[in-house]
Amino acid sequence: MSTSAVGAVRDAFERMAAVDAGPTGLNCILWTDEAHALAEAKAVDAGRAPGVLAGVPFVAKDNIATTHLQTTCGSRILEGYVSPYEATVITRLRDAGAVLVGKTNCDEFAMGSSNEFSAWGPVLNPVDRTRVPGGSSGGSAASVAAGIVRIALGSETGGSVRQPASYCGIVGVKPTYGRVSRFGLVAFASSLDQVGVFGATVSDAARSLEVIAGRDVRDATSADCPVEPYHAAATSDLAGVVIGRPREYFPSSLDARMARRCDAALELLRSRGAEVRDVSLPHTDLAIPVYYIIAPAEASSNLARFDGVRYGPRAQADSLREMYEETRTRGFGPEVTRRILLGTYVLSAGYYDAYYKKAQEVRTLIARDFHEVFDSGVHLLFTPTTPTPAFEFGAKSDPYEMYLNDIFTATANLAGVPAISVPIGDIDGLPIGGQLIARHFDEQTMFRGAFALEAARSEAA
Amino acid sequence: MSAVDDYEMVVGLEVHVQLLTRTKAFCSCSASYGAAPNVNTCPVCLALPGALPVLNEEAVRLAVIASHALSCTVNEISIFARKNYFYPDLPKGYQISQFDRPLAEKGKLDIGTNADGTPITVRITRVHMEEDAGKSIHDRYPGATAIDLNRSGVPLIEIVSEPDMRSAREAGAYLRALKQVIEYTGVSDANMEEGSLRVDANVSARKRGETRLGTKTEVKNLNSFSGVERALEIEFARQVELIERGGEVTQQTMLWDANKGEVRPARSKEASHDYRYFPEPDLPPLQLSLDWIRRMCEDLPELPAAKRLRFANEYRLTPVEIEVLTANPPLAEYFESIVQAGADPKSAANWVIRDVRQLLNAGADLRTLKVTPEALAQLLGMVRDDTVSHAAATKIFAIASETGAMPQDIARTEGLLQERNEDALAGWVDQVLAENPDVTARFRAGDRKLLGVLVGLVMKASKGRADPKAVNQLLSARADAGE
Amino acid sequence: MPIGPDDVRHVATLARLSVSESQLPELVAQLNGILAHMDALALVKTTGVIGTEGVGDSAMPLRMDIGPPIPLVHALDVFAPEVRDGFLLVPRLATHESTGDDESLE
Ligand SMILES: [Mg+2]
Ligand SMILES: [Zn+2]
Repeated sequence: MSTSAVGAVRDAFERMAAVDAGPTGLNCILWTDEAHALAEAKAVDAGRAPGVLAGVPFVAKDNIATTHLQTTCGSRILEGYVSPYEATVITRLRDAGAVLVGKTNCDEFAMGSSNEFSAWGPVLNPVDRTRVPGGSSGGSAASVAAGIVRIALGSETGGSVRQPASYCGIVGVKPTYGRVSRFGLVAFASSLDQVGVFGATVSDAARSLEVIAGRDVRDATSADCPVEPYHAAATSDLAGVVIGRPREYFPSSLDARMARRCDAALELLRSRGAEVRDVSLPHTDLAIPVYYIIAPAEASSNLARFDGVRYGPRAQADSLREMYEETRTRGFGPEVTRRILLGTYVLSAGYYDAYYKKAQEVRTLIARDFHEVFDSGVHLLFTPTTPTPAFEFGAKSDPYEMYLNDIFTATANLAGVPAISVPIGDIDGLPIGGQLIARHFDEQTMFRGAFALEAARSEAA
Repeated sequence: MSAVDDYEMVVGLEVHVQLLTRTKAFCSCSASYGAAPNVNTCPVCLALPGALPVLNEEAVRLAVIASHALSCTVNEISIFARKNYFYPDLPKGYQISQFDRPLAEKGKLDIGTNADGTPITVRITRVHMEEDAGKSIHDRYPGATAIDLNRSGVPLIEIVSEPDMRSAREAGAYLRALKQVIEYTGVSDANMEEGSLRVDANVSARKRGETRLGTKTEVKNLNSFSGVERALEIEFARQVELIERGGEVTQQTMLWDANKGEVRPARSKEASHDYRYFPEPDLPPLQLSLDWIRRMCEDLPELPAAKRLRFANEYRLTPVEIEVLTANPPLAEYFESIVQAGADPKSAANWVIRDVRQLLNAGADLRTLKVTPEALAQLLGMVRDDTVSHAAATKIFAIASETGAMPQDIARTEGLLQERNEDALAGWVDQVLAENPDVTARFRAGDRKLLGVLVGLVMKASKGRADPKAVNQLLSARADAGE
Repeated sequence: MPIGPDDVRHVATLARLSVSESQLPELVAQLNGILAHMDALALVKTTGVIGTEGVGDSAMPLRMDIGPPIPLVHALDVFAPEVRDGFLLVPRLATHESTGDDESLE
């Protein structure tokens, strides 16, 4: 890789061409402007923003606001929309010297686990182009896996970074809720959304999270909590670290090969000095019902602003009511429509208590599970990131079957705790990931475990 | 006795008041009026994808002050909620408001006194914070509605009363009392014409003696206090007639049309409003410390009721005088500065109520009034010790209100001071006695009834400058002396 | 609580989405399929449990009452569908909605 920013950005664009990152190929990158990216790179080489990521090219999910490239959230309802303001995470990366080289494909409004729900077509998994890259941040994951960039921004609501990271064989991080500013992240489910990062290695992920983390006055839910030097967690072993193995994440129905890979990973963690304990998170099986009430409910409200009045394409109509319905019905795809209807229903008069209110209460029980385990002296939890490796396109036709992909990841979003997915091997040549979950704002210990696992695996290999 | 008299009107009011902040509730855009359309907008109040609200601390402070002024209990924790509905001037598709846990609850407002002197009190259910919507203009472009979002996100409080009012007059009294309290606290202009105070009324009718509430309708688009009272009378009459004809009142939103002077249903109940309230996930709970809340209460300015009471005790004024003088803080302050400058409260009150208000009614502004409280106090002093006559004082006041000169200087330059100089007085007296020999003769003969006549003549001769008391003494002295 | 076609129609109206009668049966089936799994929650005892209002129990940070606002690097008329004289234009509201005041502020 070249050492200058311009060189690095050129390499990125050459790689895009080589792997055919566009619609005729992987379809992982939607919007680019090479000339503009090179101009930014020149400025960096000239000394602008001599930060820790000076000259590092990156891509960002299409639901993160950028002032030069489109921000469509993979939806027709924002076709051609270029944001007049920039997301805080983009500004922070650029101020650290990183250069945005593209916006990446994703499931429409981040609703999906396979990237089959993008208005701009599915993303192919670079490891096996007959399979999905996972979702919703599939384009970002594929861009890193294909070697176009080493770091990429995605967004998490129920596993949308960790699951594609695991399907594509890279590292994916979901930070603590409030750790990273959501300002400029187009909202799906505000109480669950969090910007996440992909890295070719744990170190790539750690360095980029370090840059984007920290309080932002433009986001009232961003926490005022010191950001540690995550990359420094690499040096230490795991002496004194207790890792819990939650039995609910290893059901008898779990693919035996998946279970074996996980046990092998746990062995490696032990070999670095960690103590492994069996623990229980009793309300785990309720995560999907709770998630699929709360997320659609918040989404139905968050997506009301897409009404054709102020931005985005507008359907021509004589009455306002027609304009609304035509614009929204044409603009939203089937999965988004389904979730808006579902979310509107669970919030509507007569059903609020049975669904939304109840779900929020059960969500409290799920969060309590984590608090209790961590209060019992456990520092980290280790689980499979997903029940299976990447599946083939069209394999999951029933919506709920698709939702079950998030079964091991949605819990961290509901509880607000940080989690990372790290490659732990493969099944029939398809990568799989192991997940490390830490307590609120303890990303440092999470990275410590991830670095150790990564190092142990490369030594073992 | 018409049917209407067998029924009782039951009214509860929802009042929206715009808070006087520099910037909007959830973004840093200017909250001021009068800018070109959509100039005061940003990613947040345009509801651009990815934008987030951040609450304005001054809006919270003003809302808490208003809540205290209405004797509400301010909650240490209140929660913002989303009220979801589609409307083109509501950019997010929801209004950020408060629902389950409002900022303040359980207040009251005295709106007058019963015949027996006991206060008429209206209970305040709650005061909650919310954001304003934008403006929809329907008649500017053919076939199109024009949207201006400058107002979108401006901070409001909604003040909800219990259904405690029993007549349109009481509703009017409540609104005037509320407006006065708000003006006293200074948290808002509370100007209905400019839209910084807006009223929705819930009204129902029931047979007198009935304790259960009838089905209410909500009357909106009320644009003046008198409009509120008229609209209530008309809607009440409509409901009574409906009931009398054996019909049933349907719960719906009615619109007041001030021009036609009629109340009509607002919109078909299709998709009957289902706002799908839920806690606003972009805003954590609002937490206020008890002692901050207490401090806000201590910082409250004197409120109308307290001021009226104090004026009665300190200045011994009549209820009517007090009502006038405490109408608004500036007038009350003007009055009190006159008294502080040494004037007698009673005469200060008279002058403010009569002469000063004449100037104000003629368009003068209290803050730029040429007659300062000190000047007026000086003038009242001159009247008290007879340095000038009442007639002269009125003349002096008129001149002062033009020139801003001090009364003493005016009196001197205009020669309006009363003359006490012995020689000058003697001169006029001699002149009058000389010019009226027969009157003088009868007066000297002991007809003291003529004293008044002579004094009058002397005053005339002195063109009003002679001090009548002095003249009186002088003439009496001459008579006694038998001169 | 199974969803019926009328529920879906009602919810679609609230959400300003038009659902064709032909799509209706499939949507009803899908939503019921999803909601069936949600009924598991009804069996969970949550008496005395306070619902999670957002995640993290930090109090709300407030902003000072000062500008300037976050700037727009592209003007409104660059990204808005229809702007005239600075106003955003939309089709005239149908008569039953003709007065904004009944909903524009509540
Ligand atoms: Mg309101
Ligand atoms: Zn704004």
